Amino acid sequence: MTDVANQPLETETTVTISVDGAEVSVAAGETILTACTKAGIDTPTICYGPTLTPVNACRVCVVELDGSRTLVPSCSRPAEDGMVVQTDSERVRHSRKMVLEFLGSGVDLSEADDLRAWSEQYGADPTRYGPAAERMNEDVKVQDDLYVRDYDKCVLCYKCVEACGDDAQHTFAISMAGRGFGARISTEFDVTLPESACVYCGNCVAVCPTNALQFKTEFDLRQAANWRPEDQSVTTTVCSYCGVGCNLELHTQDERIVKVTSPNDHSVTSGNLCIKGRFGWQYVHGDTDG
Amino acid sequence: MADLHLTEARASASEAAAIDAAIGNETAVVVETERLVRGGTARRHALRHLLLPALHALQTESGWISPGGLNHIAEVLQVPPAEAYGVASFYEMFRVDDPPGHDDDVVHVCIDPACRIAGAEDRIAELEAAGTPVHRSPCLGQCERPPAVFIQGRRKANSVPADDQPFALPQAGDPALRLLRRVGVVDPTSLDSYREHGGYEALTAALAMGPDAVLTALTDAGLSGRGGAAFPTGVKWRAVRDASGADERPAQKRPIQKHVVANADESEPGTFKDRIVMEHDPFALIEAMTIAGVTTGATRGWVYIRGEYPQATARLENAIAEASAAGLLGDDVAGSGHAFHVEVRRGAGAYICGEETALFNSLEGFRGEPRNKPPYPTTNGLFDQPTAINNPETLLNVLPIVLDGPDAYRAAGTDGSPGTRLFCVSGDVAAPGLYEFPFGISLGELLGAAGGVTGGADPQAILLGGAAGMFVTAESLDLALTLEDTRAAGVTLGSGVVMVFGPQVDLADVCARIAEFFRNESCGQCVPCRVGAVRQHEMVVELGAKPISADQRQLHDDMVQVMADASICGLGHTAGSAIQSAFDLGLLGGSR
Ligand SMILES: Cc1cc2nc3c(=O)[nH]c(=O)nc-3n(C[C@H](O)[C@H](O)[C@H](O)COP(=O)(O)O)c2cc1C
Ligand code: SF4
Ligand code: SF4
Ligand code: SF4
Ligand code: FES
Ligand code: FES
Repeated sequence: MTDVANQPLETETTVTISVDGAEVSVAAGETILTACTKAGIDTPTICYGPTLTPVNACRVCVVELDGSRTLVPSCSRPAEDGMVVQTDSERVRHSRKMVLEFLGSGVDLSEADDLRAWSEQYGADPTRYGPAAERMNEDVKVQDDLYVRDYDKCVLCYKCVEACGDDAQHTFAISMAGRGFGARISTEFDVTLPESACVYCGNCVAVCPTNALQFKTEFDLRQAANWRPEDQSVTTTVCSYCGVGCNLELHTQDERIVKVTSPNDHSVTSGNLCIKGRFGWQYVHGDTDG
Repeated sequence: MADLHLTEARASASEAAAIDAAIGNETAVVVETERLVRGGTARRHALRHLLLPALHALQTESGWISPGGLNHIAEVLQVPPAEAYGVASFYEMFRVDDPPGHDDDVVHVCIDPACRIAGAEDRIAELEAAGTPVHRSPCLGQCERPPAVFIQGRRKANSVPADDQPFALPQAGDPALRLLRRVGVVDPTSLDSYREHGGYEALTAALAMGPDAVLTALTDAGLSGRGGAAFPTGVKWRAVRDASGADERPAQKRPIQKHVVANADESEPGTFKDRIVMEHDPFALIEAMTIAGVTTGATRGWVYIRGEYPQATARLENAIAEASAAGLLGDDVAGSGHAFHVEVRRGAGAYICGEETALFNSLEGFRGEPRNKPPYPTTNGLFDQPTAINNPETLLNVLPIVLDGPDAYRAAGTDGSPGTRLFCVSGDVAAPGLYEFPFGISLGELLGAAGGVTGGADPQAILLGGAAGMFVTAESLDLALTLEDTRAAGVTLGSGVVMVFGPQVDLADVCARIAEFFRNESCGQCVPCRVGAVRQHEMVVELGAKPISADQRQLHDDMVQVMADASICGLGHTAGSAIQSAFDLGLLGGSR
């Protein structure tokens, strides 16, 4: 087996683990997922986000760890010296397939491109549960002109809750509510977003892996069967509203802005913006508000 | 109120008064002038553990969690309303929609197997015919007296009608009883009576021995946890004692504080042992927790008790008050210089909150969702601090070990399973109830002690270990009830559940209910369990009494495997095991 480890800096404490037979060194405190990535192994992840505290809830990233009775979530489990990890064993493939199959059996994944690709890769077959299998069954919530919430597409990954809460925005407008299969992302008593604490930063939209949260512009274009990612271009610029210096990525289709993101690895934003940078671009088109 | 955005709804005066009284009029209003950044969030968490008590008060006062009441709670505890709603909507005992008839008490009737086969549905039909609001409840921890009923009071205390009946242990007066020797004998409301029956001798002995000797005695005695996982108690307590307790994250720097938690959530279907002990010998639990405190160095003790146990709650609260007044709890326990304070906290209807890390989240005022492990409770438990969490039965065992020593303790039981075990025998037996026997008694002998199967026939099936356990049949009557023998047989003692199903029982119906139980009780956090429990339930309902096809069996095996392999916690790990055992034994899906 080749040693794929980079030579660690001498000052850095590193740990070395075995991933599918190859030795990999990562900085102490890094996760098994980081080690897998470093070993060149692609790992499916849904609830993991580079800017978010791991909630390790979806379980699609599980790996087999020697000495552990159950599989472990690679996205949150810190690597420890001497760990021996399998990422492609029968058990791992089974669990990944089943997680994707379970999600596909109850959630509308039609706009979740990554999940669909992995479902194919792992051979998930949601039809095994029959047409009577209970689904999310949620109507799309269109409550303002900025973004829509289509919880029929929600895999309950907690990312939006984290982005709205401790991990970025500190607004806490939304939470997981209910229990079990009835759990939903919700404001208090499901009041509309305009009535809630939401400040329309759109940071939840930015992290959603399934398009359950999407810009109203995207939603309208999709409704009109005119959403064409292949015809879109992305322009990077700096937000002009204030002096913070947030990088903006303007996604345009037919010369019009259709959504705005910010790079996760940007030192100022970590992918987050405020309402002005995220949604305040109508003036560019000379449209009047409302 | 800086930063918290509340809707217009306001609490009524009576709602506000009830909430303020429940949180001790701490009027916790933290006026934040600065933005709540990380430090602010941590500060806000300081009072969040009062969220459940506040929600209980609101529910009792208004019959539901009204928007105005929730806003008041959010304001005084500085908890964002969406999060408070997320917590309230997690629990069975809190209603977040305005229910019809919310001016009335709500009668909870158990629909789990022991009550189901004893006419629970008939009871519900009677009540509903009389216009009484009924809530169909999972196991209420009264399986020995089915069908179980619990009354959630409106503007008055909760109650259990059966608590008015005279109580007697089936084994009353048996000199071999250890853990149950005072039950039904001592006056559970009197510290004096407890002392007359040997109470607080073990604490005196433990203080004289010192922590190291106590830890050694526990390890030598081979005491293992009775909450389901059979983890060695001595190892757990030593880890807490050795834990530094220092939290290095800057925002969280706090003085070293360790905790002892008695996990009295007792919601595993078929389990009622902790209730009986807490109702009839409450001081014993408090004494054992105090020993845990002085041994591990914990200064705070918590009893997290399920919300449907009003009598046990009242008796524990009384015991704590009496022990505190006598100087057996407080800043200087029995003149030893150790501080130890105990508080009772009520759950609100959620089986998952018996999982230790879910319990911590629940007690802290968060949704009762299990945490990923590691880290473990011994270093990162309640409030992220070192915590010894034990089942009440485990804690009770500490008293005889400290008093009589490990050798005497090991005189009962087997080498691999020393001591005695509490068995919750329910269902189709002549004398259902709580039994104590040394580990090693056979299943058949235990059923014999409980008067045998009603009707004298062989049982059709026995559910061992609870809904999270497995079925066995009459072929297993010779099984020795020890940890090692059950493990070898691929079954589990779990929380000591032995639920017996006679020849008349519709097992397909029982299995469908077990599957429904897991579906309803999954916290919903992880995909394997949240969806797997639903798909399993759908399959079992669809199947009914029909034979299972090879495809269906494969699908069930696939579901069970991902639930066992990839779920976060023990609920998901075991949610398929009883149904799987029913398939394996041909009790379900067979051609019988
Ligand atoms: C879903 C679930 C429910 C549980 N409920 C309880 C309970 O009600 N009481 C209990 O003592 N342990 C319960 N446990 C086990 C606890 O997580 C923990 O192992 C136990 O409290 C440790 O105490 P012990 O070492 O004394 O057994 C439960 C575990 C799971 C997964
Ligand atoms: S837009 Fe911003 S404030 Fe509103 S819910 Fe999303 S993250 Fe929270
Ligand atoms: S809305 Fe999106 S980000 Fe939020 S939980 Fe659902 S899938 Fe995840
Ligand atoms: S296994 Fe079930 S109960 Fe446990 S964390 Fe996952 S969803 Fe929640
Ligand atoms: S990505 Fe690791 S558990 Fe979801
Ligand atoms: S109280 Fe009904 S089964 Fe336990």
